Amino acid sequence: MRVRFWGTRGSIPVAMTSAEVQHKLVAALVAAAGRGLDTAGKARAFVENELEFSVSHTFGGNSSCVQLETDGPDHVLCDLGSGVRAFGNALLATRGPSGHRFHVFMSHLHWDHIMGFPFFMPAYLPGNHVTIYGCHDTLEEAFRRQNRAPSFPVDFSRMEARIEFVRLEPERSYDIAGLRVRAKLQRHGGGSYGYRIEQRGRVVVYSTDSEHKQDDPEEVKAFVEFFRDADLVIFDAQYSLADAISVKEDWGHSSNVVGVEMCQLARARRLCLFHHEPIFDDERIARLLAETRRLEEITRTDHRVEVWAAYDGLEIAL
Amino acid sequence: MELAAKRFADTVALFPVGRIDHATADAFKAALAPHLAGVAAGGDRAVIDLAGVEYISSVGLRVLMLASKQVKAQGGALAVADLQPVVREIFEISRFNLVLEVFPTLREALGKLSPAALAAFESA
Repeated sequence: MRVRFWGTRGSIPVAMTSAEVQHKLVAALVAAAGRGLDTAGKARAFVENELEFSVSHTFGGNSSCVQLETDGPDHVLCDLGSGVRAFGNALLATRGPSGHRFHVFMSHLHWDHIMGFPFFMPAYLPGNHVTIYGCHDTLEEAFRRQNRAPSFPVDFSRMEARIEFVRLEPERSYDIAGLRVRAKLQRHGGGSYGYRIEQRGRVVVYSTDSEHKQDDPEEVKAFVEFFRDADLVIFDAQYSLADAISVKEDWGHSSNVVGVEMCQLARARRLCLFHHEPIFDDERIARLLAETRRLEEITRTDHRVEVWAAYDGLEIAL
Repeated sequence: MELAAKRFADTVALFPVGRIDHATADAFKAALAPHLAGVAAGGDRAVIDLAGVEYISSVGLRVLMLASKQVKAQGGALAVADLQPVVREIFEISRFNLVLEVFPTLREALGKLSPAALAAFESA
């Protein structure tokens, strides 16, 4: 299984400003001074191998959309934030316009998690088939409502792909597209659902928009079991712990600190920080990643958790 | 959880020991509670000296946050001091150093909270 991130930003899509682009260019040029980078090959090697990630890349600004590339022919996604627009366009460019089968697991129906669907071109093309799974009883209504006046000029009925909505029950296992899938209710405004997705002994947990107040030991235990032995836990780390339990308490998000602890308790193999705070620039997210790796290191006992920070374009092979 | 207490004039210093994590946070909270009741406007101040704490998890930090909120609501003052290097790093990474008053030593915390407490500490 391979996990590909198309949208990793929390709450609202963001774009780099021209000042931020200029800041990166200046940093790169200063770092390159005297290096004789007089060919594209030399310059590329320098950028790829020597520049810091926050200078040579960006974490990106699309909202939540994660693809699970499985053994099967179908396309599997978690959430339909603005990142799905890029996924759809890339798919059409490389695999043609029709004959695609999509399965989408929705964490919840807040705007940043559904807003990409009106721009998902395969949904407008006949011969494609999209099944959207979720646990909310307003699943279909949320998608139809955003794809009509006054919110959008093209009505949902103009989407010519076959589109189905399937309600799932939390805590029940389903076999979908060759995957074993189980949803779990999470603490978030209106409720959100995490997904534990398994195939051939590989386990991915998609757990975004989830606040962990940690005031109920049974709840902590249930989440640790949900994350148990996962190869990858994609975890909402939008806030610092201090913010999450003070000024932003009950805002429905979690922190890098809790992500590390839960993955340590669950003996998960990898933790991927996700749903990045929209006000954070690349340097800030890179620093958050470095701090989280340090936290994992100084609190490690007999189990190492590999820590990643998601970015638009990141691929993790399991 | 072991929680020794020592009074310096109008300030009580508390000394937890060991790990404050999922297994011990409730006991830490219970041990802290009786000392916090009197930390209020016109009453005591409090310093939690963390020199004996080798690790604190998010649940333990949550106990400190609740204590801080309670004391603020009572109009009192609460500080933490003397963090071991690992605990200090956990404070920084969790940004607790930005929401709690953190001092390098008990002496500095007492000096900030109460001249009388500092005088009592110096003469002890």
